[in-house]
Amino acid sequence: MINVGDAVPSRVFELDRALLKAYADASGDQNPIHQNEEIAISVGLPNVIAHGMLTMALVGKYVTDWAGGSASVKEFSARFIKPVIVPAGEKVDLTVSATVAEVDGNRIKLDLIATSAGVKVLGMAKACVHAANL
Amino acid sequence: MINPDSVGRTFHGADQVIVTQSEIDAFAAVIGEGDTSVAPPTFSIRISLPQYESILTQPEIGVDWSRLVHGDQKFENYRPIVAGDVFTCSATIETLRTVAGNEIVSVRSDLHSGSELVVSSWSTLVVRG
Repeated sequence: MINVGDAVPSRVFELDRALLKAYADASGDQNPIHQNEEIAISVGLPNVIAHGMLTMALVGKYVTDWAGGSASVKEFSARFIKPVIVPAGEKVDLTVSATVAEVDGNRIKLDLIATSAGVKVLGMAKACVHAANL
Repeated sequence: MINPDSVGRTFHGADQVIVTQSEIDAFAAVIGEGDTSVAPPTFSIRISLPQYESILTQPEIGVDWSRLVHGDQKFENYRPIVAGDVFTCSATIETLRTVAGNEIVSVRSDLHSGSELVVSSWSTLVVRG
């Protein structure tokens, strides 16, 4: 039984430059600020940053693992409020957690929290799922 | 400056977009998703973002793509995308505003398979001044 206010167990994803390259190739988003430190710094960023949509894709994976697969997500939204900074040769965390905000039969709304290095990177992150296996 | 006359315009993709299994496999692999019978819920950005780029960088609209950051994103997935889907794509420039020297453009993408609307998504894109 899922109830409003239930916490979904948190999960940590690891990001590194290789994952950013893989996402660039898989998504077609080859913006150099996600791969090239010199260019990232030249446009005022602290270092290479992850694609906001990579962050959102990983949060999506967290949601779909909980709700019962990729087909379960009906609505999914987020604001990109801070970058996930990915220095060369390092693995950085993306830590995701969620709270059940609304339950209507098998239609469940989640409020999502995503942080990296302790900093909240997504704002107003929400998903509406039709849970298959809860 | 983005041309304000572009607000409210809808652009239709010239070509149909065919989704392949290998594209779904590659996208799923990045996030560690093993079930590739349907696409992950954010897969459609692979279709809509390049479409936004080709529309917004047209000289009469005038977005400098190199100054662009993604502000927010919303998906409504009416059904999951599967390999073999053939989409016609339209994109609409919904709003345009300037805040603290940055131009903020809100765009909407609709992916249709025949007459069926499969995904609508909304992106706020910030062109840093």
